[in-house]
Amino acid sequence: MTTTTLDSKVPSGPIEDRWDNHKFSINLVNPANKRKFTVIVVGTGLAGASAAASLAELGYRVRVFTFHDSARRAHSIAAQGGINASKNYPNDGDSAFRLFYDTVKGGDYRSRESNVYRLAQVSADIIDQCTAQGVPFARDYGGLLANRSFGGAQVSRTFYARGQTGQQLLLGAYQAMMRQVHLGNVELTTQTELVDVVVKDGVAVGIVTRNLLTGDTESHSAHAVVLATGGYGNAFYLSTNAMKSNVTAAWRAHKKGAFFANPCYTQIHPTCIPASDEFQSKLTLMSESLRNDGRIWVPDKVGDDRPAADIPETERDYYLERRYPAFGNLVPRDVASRAAKKEVDQMKGVGPLRNGVFLDFADPIDRLGEGEIRERYGNLFEMYERITGEDPYAQPMRIYPAVHYTMGGLWVDYNLMTNLPGLYCLGEANFSDHGANRLGASALMQGLADGYFVLPYTIGDYLSESLGNEPVPTDDQVFKDAETEASDHVNRLLSIGGTRSVDWFHRELGKIVWENCGMERNAEGLEKAISEIQALKTEFDTDLRVLGSADRLNQSLDKAGRVEDFFGLAELMCRDALHREESCGGHFRVEHQTEDGEALRDDENFSYVAAWDWNGGEKPTLHKEPLEFEYVKLAQRSYK
Amino acid sequence: MDLTLEVWRQAGESAEGRFETYDAPDVSEDMSFLEMLDLVNERLIAEEREPIAFDHDCREGICGSCGVMINGKAHGPQLGTATCQLHMRQFEDGDRIVVEPWRAKAFAIVRDLVVDRSPLDRIIEAGGYISAPTGAAPDANMIPVPKESADAAMDAAACIGCAACIAACPNSAGQLFTSAKLAHLDLLPQGQPERYKRVEAMVETMEEFFGSCTNHGECESACPKSISIDNIALMNRDYLIAKLKNRKLAGQH
Ligand SMILES: Cc1cc2nc3c(=O)[nH]c(=O)nc-3n(C[C@H](O)[C@H](O)[C@H](O)COP(=O)(O)OP(=O)(O)OC[C@H]3O[C@@H](n4cnc5c(N)ncnc54)[C@H](O)[C@@H]3O)c2cc1C
Ligand code: FES
Repeated sequence: MTTTTLDSKVPSGPIEDRWDNHKFSINLVNPANKRKFTVIVVGTGLAGASAAASLAELGYRVRVFTFHDSARRAHSIAAQGGINASKNYPNDGDSAFRLFYDTVKGGDYRSRESNVYRLAQVSADIIDQCTAQGVPFARDYGGLLANRSFGGAQVSRTFYARGQTGQQLLLGAYQAMMRQVHLGNVELTTQTELVDVVVKDGVAVGIVTRNLLTGDTESHSAHAVVLATGGYGNAFYLSTNAMKSNVTAAWRAHKKGAFFANPCYTQIHPTCIPASDEFQSKLTLMSESLRNDGRIWVPDKVGDDRPAADIPETERDYYLERRYPAFGNLVPRDVASRAAKKEVDQMKGVGPLRNGVFLDFADPIDRLGEGEIRERYGNLFEMYERITGEDPYAQPMRIYPAVHYTMGGLWVDYNLMTNLPGLYCLGEANFSDHGANRLGASALMQGLADGYFVLPYTIGDYLSESLGNEPVPTDDQVFKDAETEASDHVNRLLSIGGTRSVDWFHRELGKIVWENCGMERNAEGLEKAISEIQALKTEFDTDLRVLGSADRLNQSLDKAGRVEDFFGLAELMCRDALHREESCGGHFRVEHQTEDGEALRDDENFSYVAAWDWNGGEKPTLHKEPLEFEYVKLAQRSYK
Repeated sequence: MDLTLEVWRQAGESAEGRFETYDAPDVSEDMSFLEMLDLVNERLIAEEREPIAFDHDCREGICGSCGVMINGKAHGPQLGTATCQLHMRQFEDGDRIVVEPWRAKAFAIVRDLVVDRSPLDRIIEAGGYISAPTGAAPDANMIPVPKESADAAMDAAACIGCAACIAACPNSAGQLFTSAKLAHLDLLPQGQPERYKRVEAMVETMEEFFGSCTNHGECESACPKSISIDNIALMNRDYLIAKLKNRKLAGQH
């Protein structure tokens, strides 16, 4: 494993001035010249749609691609809880510095200070922007915006639109983008999947796509390519992500030379509805806000099958309140998740499959009345009942952790450019701002910060250098080769002619990854997982069954390509987890814990971003970006 | 439970379609409707028959991807519930379930249960937005919005764009979808400057694709978000004003 050091292009100077200084010192493209540049944006989630709209407003020619049938259906639509911003409207002492500090700390000191500070700085502008677009944020009776505290934060800085914040923010960005479509500044292509990033002489010059309805393979060239293609939580098969979320765009860019950073940092959300059987296709998140009032417990006795109401107080273990008296049920996500796993592993799980813990509202209903609880959580209770058939007013909910978010992603510098010149990456698809653990309500903030307020500035610096250059024509050999490779690949998948469905492989892969690279990891399990993944991949290559043809909608075929990329990613995740001999945030190595069973970091040796180079398919090479902390004091997190 | 499905199969837009019958034994009542279809598909693949194509993504009732006619009802029997949120406990052992795609002239059948809903995007493109270029926004608390208005705007904004309203309507009218977007934007102060221009553009685009509304009200009960048909009245009124009123004075309305 050879290593080189990566340059993050972070500006110098006092942290609060860095972004302003940077904006001043980078090159601009003059307004009349902007229309001479074509930028491809892949993905129309919060990050992609906001970027496309903003770039088009500036005058760039923007071409947007998404595999969804409508840009509005991107996975961002599903975000529930809210979006953070350091507006300090409640006058409770919030500031850009505090949001910055909380984010770096919450990320267990594995993120880049300058990026996080910038994120906190522009967060306030996001709320202004979205309000102007008509996002119906919750308001108080005086007509001003309401805030709540989220995920254990000590200030109320979360803005929300009922339980549908992601939907409303995405509709705002989608509508802004559709306005540009109307004006002719954005050319939007739906039902079209990126299958390759085209690189010539080390520079990203375009993409190859596959039309999901006709199977046509096409090349598109541009002066720059922006990937905003979301996270890879579905490598675990079961997750809270939408079914079509996948890693293909990022992974294929990785295979063309883009470094993949911190793949092992994955976030497990503690409050999801447990699986009901093996045909469970995805897991539903129950908003974290439930932990504000609900109390989490399991029966004291192993295998106690009595209904919750028959188990007396003295025979219940409110394990979070017991272990973490100061934070109780509001400990951070990673801590709450591991604690639940511990109880279930000790066979104290509840429900028909013994795969959950109770989240109980009996006390708050006594204290506040059912009406108040209905007011606070009515829609969530209803959703729970619809899915499980159980009434959470009458009996406790059952919850269990599930994969939710991926902090890892393509490595980007301060300008959000990958190590391949001309290739940018935004939103959940990049690795940038959340370190080893993301705070609640910060993903929406990051996606919109990247798209509305960072990329539109930083891309000009790169583009200005190529003024007067036409994009590489799509009949260039690099495009032709990529097209051939793409259609060969599809034909290969169709011609295997085996016996197992793509879902079967996905499920099996997910089991391996969840078992060995999920909430807890250890060296032995990770090594075992790597060889099991390789063996399963061999089976995939010889025993996959994809029926039908490539020239019309073929959902199994679409999925086969995506699952194949999950194999490569899953292996890299395990390698990354194996190499990181410490525990931090969402990465918990059993070998590295404190006496109390908490994550034990090794700042001396692992205070760096691990960026992996594909290396032509040989063993991946590790590059390091050292992390320096000038403003935040490193400490062991404690929630006792 | 054991079920029998009759599913519409159609290879492509211009291909001939037909119902095919599938036995679906051993379905668990905890499955969602789409998980039941997954199970049927797994069995079809095992028999080397092509699986049924259907649209879906979030499986949480929010992305608007899913949606089929179940026994003649858009999204099936449960009120306020998208197909992906419908669970099999709503059915009885031995049931025969007919599954069809959305039927509307403007929605071409792509394959089996998948239809092309892009006309909805055309309606939004025509004017379903507030023109607020990035960077130009005033402080978010500069314009207070009465809570009642914000809540009502949110009620309308909850539309997921699934098109069940159009599928349920005997005339395939697009009124509920279009009026929900108009109400969302028009109930907010930020939406006022473009209000009358917006309603004209969106209504006229809608009419290019969809039939006329004759007040059947099927749309409201099919809507998985229970969006109110009162929005249609607001739209009609605004459209009339837009057509009659001097635009320069419309802002004072
Ligand atoms: C259930 C749930 C609740 C959440 N709640 C919150 C919350 O309350 N607050 C918060 O801050 N965060 C929340 N998150 C996280 C947050 O929603 C996501 O991290 C964020 O929305 C990701 O946005 P994005 O723009 O990066 O990607 P996405 O929204 O995932 O968009 C990806 C886009 O890329 C396209 N795409 C992908 N691959 C390709 C390809 N190969 N070719 C063409 N197009 C492609 C897709 O079509 C899509 O348009 C939640 C997540 C989940 C799962
Ligand atoms: S799959 Fe998203 S609404 Fe049903």
